[in-house]
Amino acid sequence: MNQQRKTLAKRGLGAVHALGLLAVFSLLAVEPESAWAAKIGDVAEETSLGQQALRFFSFRDPSVRYAVIGSVLLGISCGLLGCFIVVRKMALVGDTLSHAVLPGVAVGFLFSGVSASGLFDWSFDVANITKNPALIFCGAVVAGVAGTFLVNTLKQTTKIKEDSALGLTLASFFAVGICLLTMIQDLPTGNKSGIDKFMFGQAAAIDEDDIRLMLAVTLLIVAVVFVFYKELLVTSFDAGFARSIALPSEWIHHGLMLLVAFAVVIALQAVGVVLVSAMLITPAATAYLLTDRMHRMLLLAVGFGVGSGVLGAFISFLKPNIPTGPCMVLGASALFAVAFFGGPRHGVLTRWWRHLSRSKRVQRENTLKALFQVLERRDAEPEDSVSLKELAERRRETPDEVSGQASALKQHGFVTLHEEGKKILFTPSGWQLACTIVRNHRLWELYLTNAANIAADHVHDDAEKIEHLLGDDVVRELERMLDDTTRDPHGRAIPGFADIHKPFTPAAARPSGYGRNL
Amino acid sequence: MVEPWTENLPTTFWIVLMGFLITAACGLIGNYLILRRMALVGDAISHSVLPGLAIAFLLSHSLNTLPMFIGALGAGIVTTVMIELIHKKTRVKQDSAIGITFSTLFAIGVILISLGQTDAVHLDAECVLYGEIAFVPLDLVKTELGPNALSVVKNIPGLNSEMFLNGNLLTIAPPPVIRMAVVTGITLLLIVVFYKELLVTSFDSGLSSSLGINSTVVHYALMGMLSVIIVSAFEAVGAILVIAMLILPGATASLLAHRLPPMFGITVVHALLSAVGGIHLATWLNCSPAGAMVVAGSALFALAWMFSPSQGLLQRWLGRELDELDEEDIERLAKGV
Repeated sequence: MNQQRKTLAKRGLGAVHALGLLAVFSLLAVEPESAWAAKIGDVAEETSLGQQALRFFSFRDPSVRYAVIGSVLLGISCGLLGCFIVVRKMALVGDTLSHAVLPGVAVGFLFSGVSASGLFDWSFDVANITKNPALIFCGAVVAGVAGTFLVNTLKQTTKIKEDSALGLTLASFFAVGICLLTMIQDLPTGNKSGIDKFMFGQAAAIDEDDIRLMLAVTLLIVAVVFVFYKELLVTSFDAGFARSIALPSEWIHHGLMLLVAFAVVIALQAVGVVLVSAMLITPAATAYLLTDRMHRMLLLAVGFGVGSGVLGAFISFLKPNIPTGPCMVLGASALFAVAFFGGPRHGVLTRWWRHLSRSKRVQRENTLKALFQVLERRDAEPEDSVSLKELAERRRETPDEVSGQASALKQHGFVTLHEEGKKILFTPSGWQLACTIVRNHRLWELYLTNAANIAADHVHDDAEKIEHLLGDDVVRELERMLDDTTRDPHGRAIPGFADIHKPFTPAAARPSGYGRNL
Repeated sequence: MVEPWTENLPTTFWIVLMGFLITAACGLIGNYLILRRMALVGDAISHSVLPGLAIAFLLSHSLNTLPMFIGALGAGIVTTVMIELIHKKTRVKQDSAIGITFSTLFAIGVILISLGQTDAVHLDAECVLYGEIAFVPLDLVKTELGPNALSVVKNIPGLNSEMFLNGNLLTIAPPPVIRMAVVTGITLLLIVVFYKELLVTSFDSGLSSSLGINSTVVHYALMGMLSVIIVSAFEAVGAILVIAMLILPGATASLLAHRLPPMFGITVVHALLSAVGGIHLATWLNCSPAGAMVVAGSALFALAWMFSPSQGLLQRWLGRELDELDEEDIERLAKGV
C-alpha cells in the first residue's frame, strides 16, 4: 500500500515535471522575436560547429526555438503513447495509421481554399489555399481514424488476415494521398510550400500556430495518460482481468487509437508521414529494454523521444538540406542500438558478458572443489600442497588446461603457486570458498535424497549445477529442514562451520620443506 | 475518356505496360506473401531496400541494373537478419522489431540520398515515395533495321505503325520496361516450376518437411525474388506504393476465389485493369500515374469486397436478413401458428 502510494507520488512528480517543462517552453515560444534569423537555413555556414551548437542551444532564433519546442512536444506525446503501442503489440497499427493520415493532410490543405459565405454557398478559390494547422489536423485525424476503422472492418468481415489488412490500408490510403499531393503541386498557387515537407519532415517549417496546436494536444495526451493510467495499464497487460472488472476495453482501445492519431498528426510537420511511426515505436522499445515497470518505461520513453527529437532538429539545423525526420529516427535508433547491446539487464553484450563471467566463475569454483577433493582423499590438511598432475587427473583435463585455471585462481587470490607453478596451495579465502561449494553440493544431495526421495545415485548431476547458485538464505533453509548435516548420502563428511573457519597457517610461517622456501 | 490513347499513345502505352508488369509481378509473389502471413515483411523490405540502392548508387554513380540488384539484395538480407536478431535476442516483439528495422534503414537511405544528391540523376526523395513512372518512356531503346528486316516488320500489322516504326528505326522498349518484363517472366517461370514446393511450404510445413522440401531455402528464395521485384519496380513506383501492388491483387483474388490457380488469373486481370484505370484517373486528375494505379486497384478491391459471392458485404447483409427470417419462422413454428 505504502509502496503504491510512493509510486503514485513519484508518478505525480514526473507529470508535474513534464508539465513544468512544457510551461517553460511555451513561455519561451511566446517571447517577443529578436533580430535573429527567421529561418534555420539563414544561419551563415562559415561558422564552426561549436559556434553553431552554441547558437542553436541558446534558443535565441525564433525558428530554432519553435523547432526545439516542437521536437520536445512530439517526443513527449509519441513517447507516452508509444509505450502502450509497444506493449500491446500494435507497432504496425501505428505504422498503418501514420501512413493513412496522408490523404487527410492533403484534403485539409485543399479545404483551406474553401470559403463559406452561407450554409450552402461555398466557393473554392485556389488562391486562398494556405497551410492551416487546424484544418490539416482535423483532416489527418479523420483519415487516420478511417484507416484503423477500415483495418478492423476488413478483419471482421472477410478472411483477410491482419497483416494483409494493415498493408493494404496503409498503401491504399497513401496512394490516395500521393494522388492528391501531386494534384496540389500542379495547382496555380504559391502557398503550397509547406505541403512537401510533410513527407520527410522539416522542423524548420514549424511555426507559432503549429506550436500552439502541438502544446494543446500534448497537454491533452499527458492528462489522459495520467488520469486513465490504471485503465490503460490493466487493458494492456491483462485483458481477462480487465473484462472481469468490467472495464470497457473496446472503448479504451478506440480512445487510445484516437490519441495515437493525434500524436502522429502533430508530429507530421517535424518527422514526416513516412517515418513518424518510428518515433512512436523506437523510443518506447528502447525503454522496454531497460525497465520492467510501466511508469519508468513511460518516463524513459519520453526522455528518449525528446532527446532524439532535439538531436534531429539540431542536425537539420547544421545541414538544412537534410530532412529532419530521418535524423530524429536515426537518433532514436542509435539509442535503441545502445540499449540493445549495452542495456543493464536485457542488453546483448551485457548478457553475453554476464554469461561469460558466470561460466568463468563456475569453472573457478569447480577447480577449487577438485582441489578440496584431492586433499580430502589424501586426508590432508588445508595447508598441504597439491601438484598440478593430481589436479589434472582429478579434473580429467590436460596439464595445460589445469595450469591455466590455476593461474586464474591465483589472480583471484584463492591459491598460491609454487615450484614454478607445479604445486598449488589454498589461501584462506580459497579454502573457505572451496568448503562452501562442497558444502552446498553435499547439502543439496542430502536434501534431494531425504526430502525429495530421489535415489542417492541420481542426485549428483543436479547438485553439480545448483552448488554455484545456492545463496546463504537457501543454505540456512536447507540446514533447518535437514536433521543431520554431517554426512552426505554417499557417506562423505559435509564441511561445516568448523572446517570453513579452520585456523589456517599461512604458507610463509610454515617450517622449511613447505611451499615457497623449498 | 479515350484521351490518353489518342493524344499521346506511345507514352501511355509504355506507362500502362510498365504498370501492368509491375503489378502483375508484385501480385503474383504477393499471393504467397498473403498466404504466409508475411505481408508486412514485404512492407519492411520495400522500405529498407532504399539504403542498398543509395549505397550502390553512390559507389557506382549510375542507375545500372547490376549494382542496384546487388545493393537491394544486400539490404533485403540485412533487413531479414536485423528483424530476426532484435526479436530473438531481446524481448522486443516481432512487430516492433519490423518497425524499428525498416524505419532505421529507410532513414539511412533518405539521408544518404539527401547528402549525395546531384542534378544529373533522378534518384531523389520524391522518387523514393512514389516513383517516376511518367519518366519511363523518355528513354527508348531503338534499333536500326536493314532493308530485309524492314520489309518483314512492315508486314506485321501491329508493328507497322508510327509508334514503333520511324523510318528504318524500330522502337523496342524503354530499358526499365525490358528489365521489368524479364523479371516478371522469371517470376512467372519460377512460380510454375516450383509451384508444388511453394504450395506445400505455404500451407503445410509438416508435409513439406516430410516430402524433403527445405522450407528455409524456399523462404529465403522467396525473399530474394521479392527484393529483386521491388528493386526493379522502385524507380517507377517508389518504396511505398509497391506495398499496395504486392497486397492488393492478391487480397482481391482471395475474396473472389479459393484455389491458387484462379487466384493467379484474377491477380493478372486485376493488374491489367488497375494499370489501365490508373492512367485514365491520372490523366483526369492530373496526378501521379503510379499513385492513380494504386487508387484504381483499391477501387477494384472495394468492388470485390462489396460483391464477393462468399465474403462480400452485400452477401453478408442479404444473408443476415435471411437469418432473421429463419428465426421468425422458428418462433412461429414454436408457437404452433
